[in-house]
Formats: sequence, structure tokens, C-alpha cells
Amino acid sequence: MISFGMTEEQELVQETMREFARDELRPHGRECDENSSIPDELLQLVWDLGLTSTQIPSAYGGGDEPRSMVTNAILLEELAHGDPALALAVVAPSQFANAILDQGTDAQKKKYLPLFCTERFHAASVAIVEPGPLSEPLAPRTVAEVKDDGWVLSGAKSFVVLGDRASHFLVVARTEDAVEAFLVARDAEGLTISAPELNMGLKGVSTVRLDLERVSVSSEDRLGGEAGCDVVALVNGSRVAQCALLVGLSRAVLEYCIPYSKDRVAFDEPISKKQSIAFRLAEMHMECEAMRNLVWRAASRVEPGKDATREARLARTYVNEKSVWIADNGIQVLGGHGFIREHPVEMWFRHARTLSVVEGATGL
Amino acid sequence: MIDFTPSENDEKAFERARAAALICRKYARHYDENEHEMAPESLPETEEFDASHPAVPAPGEGDSSYPVRMMRLTMINYWGDYTVRLRRETGGLGNAALSAAGTEEQRLKWGDLCLAMAITEPGCGSDPSRVSTSAVLDEESNEWILNGEKIFVTTGIRADAVVLWATLDKSAGRGGIKSFLVEKGTPGFEVPHKEKKLGIRADDTAAYVFRDCRIPRENLLGGDETVAKKDSGGFRGVMKTFNMTRPLTAAMGLGLAEAALDFTRDQLHEAGVEIDYSAGLGTQVAAAEKFIRLESIWEASCLTTLQAAWLAGEGKPNNMESSVSKGHAGSAVRAVTQGCIEILGAMGISREHLLEKWTRDCRITDIYEGTGEIQRLIIARGLLDYTRADLN
Repeated sequence: MISFGMTEEQELVQETMREFARDELRPHGRECDENSSIPDELLQLVWDLGLTSTQIPSAYGGGDEPRSMVTNAILLEELAHGDPALALAVVAPSQFANAILDQGTDAQKKKYLPLFCTERFHAASVAIVEPGPLSEPLAPRTVAEVKDDGWVLSGAKSFVVLGDRASHFLVVARTEDAVEAFLVARDAEGLTISAPELNMGLKGVSTVRLDLERVSVSSEDRLGGEAGCDVVALVNGSRVAQCALLVGLSRAVLEYCIPYSKDRVAFDEPISKKQSIAFRLAEMHMECEAMRNLVWRAASRVEPGKDATREARLARTYVNEKSVWIADNGIQVLGGHGFIREHPVEMWFRHARTLSVVEGATGL
Repeated sequence: MIDFTPSENDEKAFERARAAALICRKYARHYDENEHEMAPESLPETEEFDASHPAVPAPGEGDSSYPVRMMRLTMINYWGDYTVRLRRETGGLGNAALSAAGTEEQRLKWGDLCLAMAITEPGCGSDPSRVSTSAVLDEESNEWILNGEKIFVTTGIRADAVVLWATLDKSAGRGGIKSFLVEKGTPGFEVPHKEKKLGIRADDTAAYVFRDCRIPRENLLGGDETVAKKDSGGFRGVMKTFNMTRPLTAAMGLGLAEAALDFTRDQLHEAGVEIDYSAGLGTQVAAAEKFIRLESIWEASCLTTLQAAWLAGEGKPNNMESSVSKGHAGSAVRAVTQGCIEILGAMGISREHLLEKWTRDCRITDIYEGTGEIQRLIIARGLLDYTRADLN
């Protein structure tokens, strides 16, 4: 039955997250961007909400809540509406935890999931993005060769979110005939973790480059064990999450432009009364609505037994283009003020530009 | 719960509609090339189709699932052809106006006729307050005397009568506009020609002329003769009917654009190009990448249109959403059909195929039922909390 109606629970999640993002994330966005770091207390504050642990089964210490990607998409939009960089950081551990939850063996679940059910913030990262042009999540250059009873990983990853504090990495690599994911500990031999990368946007989030020089992992450290895993599902989930963040970001831009344009007077009237500005705002709104629908549609297919490849790809293609268009036009609506770091729009533009190209950098 | 899977029953109805649409499509080119031939009341295949495709039970109009289902069915019908149907639809736009605003007496008298709706004039389109066709009351004979010219009257040739917009007092602006029921054949009511158009050529679109055309006093729709003060809210009721018709026109254009996408995908397949949704820029063929982009525009627009309909079904306000769906679809179908032509090149503009026709047909989407610019005005006013006076 086709329906666009949120459940009561989803409405509650939306409302709670909207308030939280407004009160706790938005006020810190600029400061984190300027300082290129997020205070530990802030990460801990979000951790206390239990976003990562609630969906983990109680057997591993979690909250045992059912997992719904649509609910997650609603949640991510709201967090990013507060601040996209902080949103990306606080959900980074969830991408790792949920990959284990969805595709890990019992032993892997037992080993890793309890890490995310503790009181202290715990970081672990998924490493999908690669340095160099044309990085494709499903066609990695990083290779995994069979050796003795395990695997040897060689290659490089970049934009590994919170890699400076992650205890483990889930590294996506190409085997002879498939794409798989491997669990690599921070202190693995042959693994070099770079100093934080210097990026255009999302500066508050520390990201690192990983260089893997013949890093050995045991056969138990392949995600899913003997059976291997479905990297396509991992990537689809990531695409949807990234798109949901971009919808929240786009809405933030639009909602900032509306009061600004009503206040800003040019030629004796507010610029919002000029069609050139008003129509731009109307188009931003149209695209926000359209993007959200694509995200919900794709999210509804990120479920066991369904294939979201087409829908996630359509959402990604559309949302990447339109969210950047919105942020770019947000600057234009503010004119010179859009270029000044006193207003958040230039920052959101850099965030959109960044988030729309680092495929695989987030998930929930 | 947010869900995008049609019910089993809906799926059956959609499948049946697709089968019918493919039959209609066979006639599409003929009625495009022969603009002044009217598509028949029913196609030769109709009886056989009915026998082999039992009707699927449908929810009533009052059912909350009705609007979304109707929206998707509309897309499928138009995916077949803009005009040709197994059986021609009987009513016109004027019938909707009659049931919304007519008195009981009027509904009984006029309800069985096919009623067109005449609003647009050579000098007024998007701004109906500029209607200059006049209605003057002759108190002696108790008749209205109508004078003026109307264009773009949908189903104008086939209609038995028309719901005509005319003004009692031009200085009163929107407040002076009333609707009148005028029967074909009334002296002074002429139908000079069928319009010649870029697309939807099989569709019956007429021009009307009224010269001292006299109609009985009781033919004023709804019966209220008072002229409202300038820009009082009376006009808003008229505009409300657009909240369902706007997503509907969006759905019509989206059906044509969907046909264009399906055709293009098939032709790419013939040429050995497959659409790979998991391939990235480094490995995808440019034509396939472009196709995915067009498909994403279509999908976004389709969902947005279904959302506007869903709100209507739930009895929730959808003023903004219906304008969003229409405004978005207006741009989307232009981009999609023209993009498909770009992918297929000379094949795309050849009249041996229907893609060029779909492209011409759906160009009207961004114009009628409020142009894309009008939708943006409505959306912007909503966002900025502005009235018509604040932003125009």
C-alpha cells in the first residue's frame, strides 16, 4: 500500500532529533569547522542518546529496538539539519556496528557489538573511499589475496571517518572474483594511519588515510566469515544515509535563506519580493521535497531480502546534484554575505560539496 | 507507515491498464498525423479486450487509497497515449465544475451532458481575473447576454454544452467573475475552429466565440448573482479544485515521460548498452549515466505527485504539495523527453517512432493548469508567508 505517512514513533524520533540538533549541534557547527575538531564531550553527549546501541540485540548489551532504514533516514535528516559534519561524526560508529549486525558471523557479533554498548563513546570506521580519481565503492583498487589460512590486504583508503580514534576498520577490498570487507585492528602490522586529512568541508570530522602494506588478516576477519558478505548492500545503505544527510543540509540552507531574504532590502523592498529570489526559494523547496521522497523510497528497500541498488543509485544521482545546487544557490541568495564566514551558508556549501563525492563515508 | 509497494489489487489494475494502453498506443501516430479526425468512441479491440481482461474491483472515490491509485493509473493511461482510449471518457472539465458548484436543479438538468470548461481568452491566461467576456442581464427578458472570445477549450468540439467564465463587472476583478451554462446551438454561440497545436493534437481543443448570445437567467452556475468586493476570498474556492487537478496533470505528463524512458532503455539495450545501477563514472557508458540521471528526475517527480495525491486521500491540506508536484513535473518531463532525444540522436526525432510525439505532447505539462511560473509563485508565497499582494 503506497503511503507517505510516518508512524507515531517516527514522528517522535523526528521531533526529538530536530530539537536536539537545534539545541546541541547547530550552535557548535561553526566552532568545530573553524577548529577542525569536535570536542569529546559533544561526541559523548550524542552517544548518550544511544543511537548506535539501541538497534543492537540485548544479547550483546544493546537496546533491542527494531531496525528501520526509513526511521534512520528521518533521524539523519534532522541531525544534518542541525549540523552535517557533527551528524556524520556521530553516526560513524553505527556504520561499522550495523555492518557487523547485518552481515557478521556470530563470533564477529560477539567480539565487536559489545564495544558499542558501553557508556563511553567508541569509534570504529568503515573504509570504502579510496584516494585518487574515480574512486568507486564497488570497484576498489585495494586488493585482498589469499595467503595460507587468511588474507593479505594491499592498497590505500581515504576519508576514513574518525580514523584517528577508531579501534577497528572495516576495509573493503577486491578478491580474485568478488568484493569483500575485512576487519582490521588499528595496530595491525603494515597498517599506517595518516595524520588527519585536510578537507574542503566537514572539517570538524577528522578523517584519515589508511595505507595497507601487505596487512595480514585471518579468515575469521572476513566479514561474514566463510560465506563472505554483500558489499552492495553495505554501499546501498551508505548511499541512502549520505542522501538523508544531504536532504537535512539542503533544508537548513533553504530555511536560512527565507528569513534572510525577507530582511534584506534592495531597491526599497525585501529581495524576497523579487521573483528572481522568490522563484529560487520555491525551487529549493521543490527539490527538498523531491529529494526526501527519493530517500524514503530507497530507504524502504534497504532491508534484508530486498535489493535497493536501483533506488539507492537514483537517489544518490539526484540528491548529490540537487543538494549542491541548493547550497550553491543559498550563497547566491545571500550575495556577499553568502561568501562571509559569519553566516553558515558558505560552510554548508563546502559540506555539501564534500558529502556528495565521498561515497561510502557514512551509513546507519 | 511509509511504504511504496502497491497493493496486490492495485498491481492487477495497473497491469490491466498497461495492456489497454499498449492497444491505444497503436493508434497514437494516426490521430497525431490526422489532427482533425476524432478518435473513435471505442476502439475495435475493446470488446475482445474486455472479454479477455476481467475488470479489477476498484475502491470508491471516497476511499483514502483512491487518489494515489488514480494517479498511477493516469500515468499508465498516458504512457499508452495522451488521447486515445479503449473507450472515450464521457465527461469534460465542466462536469467537475457543475458537481462542485451547481444547484441541485442544474445538476439534474445538465449532469448527463458532456460539459467543456471555457476560461482562457486570447488576452488572458494565467491571470483569470482579466477575463473580459461579459455577461449583461436583460431584466425585461430575464436573459444574460454574452459577448467575448474563448480559446484552448478542452473537449470543446465534442462537448454538448460549456461552463463559461464571464464577468458581470470588469472593475470588480475576480469578484465579478461568474460561470454560465451555455448549450451548443444557442444563437450567437459559434465554434469557429479546432486549435492547431504543437502536441496533444488528437485532443479536441476548440476556440469559441459569443456574439450577443442570450441564455436564460437560471443558467448562472450556482445561482448567486452578487458581485463580490474586489479580491474578497470568493475566488479561492474556485482555485481549490486545482489541488487535485494539478497532481493529475503532472501524472499525465509523467506517463508520457515514462514511455520515453522505456523506449530509450529498450533502444540502448538493442545497441548493446545496459543500464548498470552499480557502476560509477569510471566504468559506466556516458549514455547509460545520462539515462540514470533522467530516470532519477522522473522518479523524484513521480513520488512527489503520488505524495500530493496521498495527502488528498488522507484529507490533509495539499495546496503546497500539489503546486510542488505540478511545478516539478513540468520541468521534469521537459528534461526527460528532451534528454531521451539527445541520447538517441536522429532516431529520437524520427516520426517513425513515438518519442518525438511524446516530447511534443508533454510540453503542455508546464503550461496548462497553471504554468511552472505560477506554481513557483504559489510555493514562494507559502514559504515566505506572503499574500498575492506581497508577491506577484
